[in-house]
Amino acid sequence: MASTGDLEPTHYPARRAAQVALHYLNTHHGSPFRVFGLQQVHKASAEDVAAGGRKYKLDFSVTDWGSGSAGPALRCSADVLFPRTERHSAPEVQLHCEALHQINSTAQEEDAFYQKYISPDSTVSARDIPDSFGNMSEEMQPFWRLARVAASFIMLRESSENTEFNMAKVASVTQQESSEEQLMLEFVVLLHDFPSQEIVQWKLLASWSPDRGVRVLQTEWQPRCPHATKPPN
Amino acid sequence: MRLYLAVFALLAAVHCEELFNGDQVLRIHAESENHIQILKKLERDVDSGLDFWTHAVSTEQPVDIRVPHSSLYALKDFLKKNNIPFTVIINNVQEHLVREREEMVRNAKMESKTKSFNFAAYHDLETIYNFMDTLVASHSNLITKVNIGSTYENRPMYVLKFSTGGEQRPAIWIDAGIHAREWISHATAVWLADRIATDFKENRAPVPSILSQMDIYLMIVANPDGYVFTHRSPNEFYRLWRKSRSATSNPKCHGVDLNRNWDAEFGGPGASDDPCAEDYRGPSAQSEIEVKNIADFIMSHGNFKSFMTLHSYKQLLMYPYGYSGTDAPDRTELHDVATKASKALNSWHGTVYKVGSIFHTIDQASGTSVDWAYLRGIKYSFAFALRDTGEYGFLLPADQIVSTARETWFALRYIMKYVCDHPY
Repeated sequence: MASTGDLEPTHYPARRAAQVALHYLNTHHGSPFRVFGLQQVHKASAEDVAAGGRKYKLDFSVTDWGSGSAGPALRCSADVLFPRTERHSAPEVQLHCEALHQINSTAQEEDAFYQKYISPDSTVSARDIPDSFGNMSEEMQPFWRLARVAASFIMLRESSENTEFNMAKVASVTQQESSEEQLMLEFVVLLHDFPSQEIVQWKLLASWSPDRGVRVLQTEWQPRCPHATKPPN
Repeated sequence: MRLYLAVFALLAAVHCEELFNGDQVLRIHAESENHIQILKKLERDVDSGLDFWTHAVSTEQPVDIRVPHSSLYALKDFLKKNNIPFTVIINNVQEHLVREREEMVRNAKMESKTKSFNFAAYHDLETIYNFMDTLVASHSNLITKVNIGSTYENRPMYVLKFSTGGEQRPAIWIDAGIHAREWISHATAVWLADRIATDFKENRAPVPSILSQMDIYLMIVANPDGYVFTHRSPNEFYRLWRKSRSATSNPKCHGVDLNRNWDAEFGGPGASDDPCAEDYRGPSAQSEIEVKNIADFIMSHGNFKSFMTLHSYKQLLMYPYGYSGTDAPDRTELHDVATKASKALNSWHGTVYKVGSIFHTIDQASGTSVDWAYLRGIKYSFAFALRDTGEYGFLLPADQIVSTARETWFALRYIMKYVCDHPY
């Protein structure tokens, strides 16, 4: 039974709530060249709220995975409300990060990437990003990040106090015909839930442009079907 | 003397093929001062062609002489006539040199095999098993490979035993790969095996001192069936497989979570009864042969003082309990050890690990190996969740293997030294 009041920052209740805040951050500020990850939780507290939900107050730091371990950490604070409703509903997040707009701009890379793939001839299609050994070609990295950002919409929506989602891998990316000057990408992503250790498969359709950012247009939960694929030998 | 022979071998090889064919090395056991004087006189005779490897000094020490083939009969006759006992310790020096040289070349090849082994890559089961054999062969004075039983699909389960002798010395257990998809754990354990062997050979503290008092048992692949399964295809159903590969009551779903199958509050919350679930506990405690083999081995050994298990991911260093949020009786000490170990880990590359009980850092989990070990009296029981924190998760790039292994070694080394310094 969760306790009210101060939470141990290294324990899972604070970490799960922070992860939800991260998903929210990525849906708003993620791009093919920027994905944020949790560095650590500094302070956390939780309280039951009147409508029957539970609200977490968090003080934490994040880093941009794109800039590696050398990158600076951003300090953030967030309120994460997990509603307690009969049917699951998405958590509500209010988030503020210091110096968000001071981090190195990736506008140049974004434009170059956009120009390269918005052309009508572009038909990107790839599987298993990264591969079994963690390898990912440089060309695929922005697509992986886009998938991760798009998956954040799903992970945010599906989160509760009993989940802790991450994207395990991109099973496939298939470029669709561009629409309204947006890159259109169909992804199949595999999410990993840490408490249950389950792998969950989602198919989604996302759009992106430097101006409009990432939007998720369709999502579809998929059953994992082992018998449809035969192993090599 | 080995060095002496080695030099001989090189010289022989370089200069001529059969310098010492038929020569023998005799060991003389002088029994009286008279014998000593006779031998001293023999040695002063430079034309005899006798090559004294050790000198006649007293009756306490044998005298070794390399005797050219042409002088053999004469000398043996002489020694017999004077009642000086001797034995032939090398029957044919040339043959001996050839055998020695061959062994050196073999050892050098073995060493270069382990030196040339690519630690910065993920390998399949067969390659890891071959690596184990190579390692044992190059460190046969230290390491033996123990077969502790077979898996569900009949694969051998091997533990590497690092020991400098003694009978059932207090021991440290380390396992990796109990969850098949956590490839960084197997890869780290491969590197660790080599590192422990090398540190011992090169007399690098604290390994020789630890091994003078304790044995180390390292199981690189605790779930061979699962590991093989993860290599069958990049398709996530295979690569992201976690459990064993046993048949269950549901024909559509295989495997048991080997880290929920231990006899430690088995059946409690923190594991599933559904055979299709990733944390399916199995029909009963130790129902999985892989768990039974390890548990039986550790119990029958009876003298383990530390139990550590490597997993991924999340960068956590954990101690019991998993099944309950109550503090373990040794919680304060375990937390302190784990904290210091995580600091040692952090000192290598700046990687940050969080420390706490399994229950508090991950979630309630029943039937875990760490709880089992602790409840059986193995006080220093820890679980590692290695890199990373979620960016790549189970698919950690191979170029992170060596740095992960090295920082993990810093933590393990701290813990092992602590265990050694705190006998109980």
